[in-house]
Amino acid sequence: MKITLDWLREHLDGDYSVADVVATLNRIGHEVEGVENPAEKLAGFRVARVLTAEKHPQADKLQVLTVDTGDGGAPLTVVCGAPNARAGLVGVLGLPGAVVPANGMELKVAAVRGVTSNGMMCSTRELELGDDHDGIIELPADAPVGAPFADYAGADDPVVDISITPNRQDCMGVRGIARDLAAAGLGTLKPLEVPTIIGEGAPATDIRTDDPEACPAFFGRTIAGVTNGTAPEWMRRRLEAVGQRSISALVDISNYVMFDLGRPSHIYDRAKLHGALVARRAKQGETVTALNGKEYTLTDTMTVIADEREVHDIAGIMGGEHSGCSETTTDVLIEIAWFTPERIALTGQALGLSSDARSRFERGVDPAFLDDATAIVTAHILNICGGNPSTVTRAGTPPAEVRTIDYDPALSATLGGIAIAPERQKDILASLGFGVIEQGGRWQVSVPSWRRDMDAAPDVVEEVTRITGFDAIASAPLPRTDGVARPTATAEQLVERRLRRAAAAAGFDEAVTWSFIGEAEAAPFGGGAWSLANPISEDLKVMRPSLLPGLLAAAARNRNRGAGSIRLFEIGRRYLADAEHPTLAILMAGDRRARGWQVGKAAPFDAFDAKAAALALLEAAGAPADRLQVMEAVTPGNIWHPGQSATLRLGPKAVLAEFGALHPALTRAFDVDGPVMAVQVFLDAIPAKRASGPARAAFTPPALQSVRRDFAFLAPTSLTAADLVRAIRGADKAAIVDARLFDRFAGQGVPEGQVSLAVEVELQPAEKSFTDAELKAIADKVVAAAAKAGATLRG
Amino acid sequence: MSDIEAIRAQLLGDIEAAADAGAVEALRVAALGKAGSITGLLKTLGGMSPEERQVQGPAIHGLRESVTAALAARKDVLDAAALDVRLAAEAIDMTLPADAAPRGSVHPVSQVMDELAEIFADMGFAVATGPEIEDDWRNFTALNIPETHPARAMHDTFYFPDANAEGQKMLLRTHTSPVQIRTMMSQEPPIRIIAPGRVYRSDSDATHTPMFHQVEGLVIDRGIHMGHLKWTLETFLKAYFERDDIVLRLRPSYFPFTEPSAEVDVGYKQEKGRRIVGGNGDDEGHAWMELLGSGMVNRRVIANCGLDPDEWQGFAFGVGVDRLAMLKYGMDDLRAFFDGDLRWLSHYGFGALSVPTLSGGISA
Repeated sequence: MKITLDWLREHLDGDYSVADVVATLNRIGHEVEGVENPAEKLAGFRVARVLTAEKHPQADKLQVLTVDTGDGGAPLTVVCGAPNARAGLVGVLGLPGAVVPANGMELKVAAVRGVTSNGMMCSTRELELGDDHDGIIELPADAPVGAPFADYAGADDPVVDISITPNRQDCMGVRGIARDLAAAGLGTLKPLEVPTIIGEGAPATDIRTDDPEACPAFFGRTIAGVTNGTAPEWMRRRLEAVGQRSISALVDISNYVMFDLGRPSHIYDRAKLHGALVARRAKQGETVTALNGKEYTLTDTMTVIADEREVHDIAGIMGGEHSGCSETTTDVLIEIAWFTPERIALTGQALGLSSDARSRFERGVDPAFLDDATAIVTAHILNICGGNPSTVTRAGTPPAEVRTIDYDPALSATLGGIAIAPERQKDILASLGFGVIEQGGRWQVSVPSWRRDMDAAPDVVEEVTRITGFDAIASAPLPRTDGVARPTATAEQLVERRLRRAAAAAGFDEAVTWSFIGEAEAAPFGGGAWSLANPISEDLKVMRPSLLPGLLAAAARNRNRGAGSIRLFEIGRRYLADAEHPTLAILMAGDRRARGWQVGKAAPFDAFDAKAAALALLEAAGAPADRLQVMEAVTPGNIWHPGQSATLRLGPKAVLAEFGALHPALTRAFDVDGPVMAVQVFLDAIPAKRASGPARAAFTPPALQSVRRDFAFLAPTSLTAADLVRAIRGADKAAIVDARLFDRFAGQGVPEGQVSLAVEVELQPAEKSFTDAELKAIADKVVAAAAKAGATLRG
Repeated sequence: MSDIEAIRAQLLGDIEAAADAGAVEALRVAALGKAGSITGLLKTLGGMSPEERQVQGPAIHGLRESVTAALAARKDVLDAAALDVRLAAEAIDMTLPADAAPRGSVHPVSQVMDELAEIFADMGFAVATGPEIEDDWRNFTALNIPETHPARAMHDTFYFPDANAEGQKMLLRTHTSPVQIRTMMSQEPPIRIIAPGRVYRSDSDATHTPMFHQVEGLVIDRGIHMGHLKWTLETFLKAYFERDDIVLRLRPSYFPFTEPSAEVDVGYKQEKGRRIVGGNGDDEGHAWMELLGSGMVNRRVIANCGLDPDEWQGFAFGVGVDRLAMLKYGMDDLRAFFDGDLRWLSHYGFGALSVPTLSGGISA
């Protein structure tokens, strides 16, 4: 919402500057977004009189003027191409140094076809005062030559751009802002003059409302014999200053009252109306071409103003093109209606149609301001366009009952944090139009009709505190519990924190990538369960079912920037049909180890780098690492390399992590070259640690040294290392404390289809050292267990 | 000079002159081997009379011991010399590069969230979370933003075509405020939480991204007022920016879910093209910037969550986490937060051990 200082003075008496206005508005809750003074753009332009005009000796279309600049000096020579330039014309001269508002060009003394020009006579378009560029501006002959044009044009009127919060419809007019400023002590609100209009005869068009739910009140009158010329200069100037193009007197009047008093109205050309004008529900599929030139198809949930032939107005939002006023309009009908805000909002949303009227009606205009608004609009028309008014028809009644709020003045301190004397609170409320009736200690605060936002006592607190100023709020410490601060993090939060630090400590860089990805990127992961109805682009459309696409895309970007080794991780959510699942993903691409003088060639990552990372992270997260089983990958599409990927599980259903090499088809699709390793850890699958207090289980290191024995087996390639090791560990649970595979060999000396596996077994004696016989017995058990698993001891 | 002494002199001289381990060994064999000269002398002891043996025995044994010791000493000397030679040969240019261990990093957003958790934990706030795919009721209606409310249009909401079991439209939360609702509905007051997380607006330009991070704060208790809100924000920002000269300006504003509502500006000054938070915005060379939205939780919101607004009241606030990170650590491009550029991450990221603590400093 823009206002000008001059317009504000129309409603607010007092000695204040634009700086005062800005500071006060900010203080009381109307954020000022900018201040602009159009006069600044017109610096260097002044009123000047053309003394002589001769044809340019070198150019047919140019004239050489001598111009009186009014400063008493010699006339200036100015070259001008305007056809209307002539001796005696009073116009606007731009002097050297002035900047032409329309194109930002700085004027200079310059030769034009051999004649030195000392300035420029300007058109309205060059000064951004209008569209006219057919000739230079012609001012009245008595315009004061020499005066700065900004002063003459009344342009020295700062425009203040204010962000009006959605609750304050009453401040979507200059008067409402003036009222708030007056309450804050900046000036005095002038009384609103409401003219008395004596109408003659009933309106020439019947008015009624057939949709009282959406249009409870429809007031109107007709005026015959108007002349729709241009609005007076003061009105046009104000409208243009706030960004509203002047159209015609009738349209400007309607707009002026809207910006002045926050009251939209609509003026119909009565010649285009047939029969009664009725507020009614639209018929399903009915169409109307609005004033913006676009056709809208309506539904039966929308309300329109229509005559017996067609729709003339999308009620409260935008008038129809057909019955708008034109220069030929002579008879008009003024509509001052009250529309139910919720209905306006829904219709506006459905049509995707915004307008100044809609933004006011959907916030709720003053329901007690229909008669006065009708009189004010009428008076403007009579003053500017002439004509004979009818009486007013009042169809329906606006919901103007007075609301009261039960209020305890102590709340300004107990809720608002500012102790304000009750008398002062009363004064503030009165200045804003509220009434106060005391009942015991409590107040019944009556709400002015224009304050639809007032709902309960806290709203009253806001009024008295904002006018007092939030600077008066004194800081008050929150009560603190005894002792040191208690821990607050949940188990899940602790897991996430530990994982993040563990991944970073392991050399991975944390990325944050978009939660939404393209459909094609999601497809290999089974597609997205959640697809946006209104994405900003196709690349950001479905909620990611995996963190890998985002990291792959980041890896590709890094590769393109020349990164040699990429180790990224992200902790975020996967969005599946059932829920959002906290997940950690790791991606490794490029060199695991750069080439070096010690090791020679660079080495790529392999699937066991992924496995190592997965295990280290699960351990950091507190998962029972010793119970994890390596099982097959879960691959809904071509995500993983079919032979170099797996999952880590606690039993068949509980998948804690997946890891391995990504499928080349997937990495190619993301333009990442070379092998890419990845891990996803499913945080919500990690079992919570049982809370057992800080004490550890009792432990004394064994007194006796452990014993290591190596075994080499021949096994079919189908026997996994994990199965063999598990079998060996199980051979003697008391004595065997660890078994570790340390060699795997296939090829020369090993039969086809078999593999040689060497396992180091660690044995821990308890009370006394093992005897040879005991060691032999254990070794036999190991061999037997391995045999059961399919492995035979190598001879 | 006796024979023994002559042998001793000869052997010790030879040992001292031995040039390498092989020569020492040869001398050892020659003297102490099976057919060695000293071994030979020892064998003569058996044929001596007891009296003679009493004299010769200690002499020969003395000879053997001195030769043995000399052999060992010479071997040590030679070994040490050989080691010196080997070590000299093993010399390497120690300016050659060592393998660099990869240096990982924590994203600034995560680091700032950890900082917030640490600061607010000291003030008794827990960290709460909620889903990002929210329903219309929790994101809007329960927060006193009905469908026809003009404020909805300001939110640029991402919608899904789906509805939940209660028929509520599903959407991406536009703010972290639905966590307020979830917390009040699931937890008895008094409540002190912060709720950091991802939020979404269908907005994208130089300074807006369709996804960003917010942190919400909520206190519900008895007797809480705007003064507590102001103190909490001041205390938080002083701790976060690690400056005592943080000055806040509260301006009345409007949010449907708070009443009264305040926008909170913080004073700053421009230094070398950067905004440095601190000082009074009205002072010379200073200005105000809008940082947070806040207010007393609207009675309707409290009632919507099943609590009695006559008994419980409190405040809420919201602030952009990315924004906080930018102001403190000096990044100037929000889009870079979500790019995963390793160069950016290693420059602006944090080491794994830089855990913010109150004792060690929030900006660890």
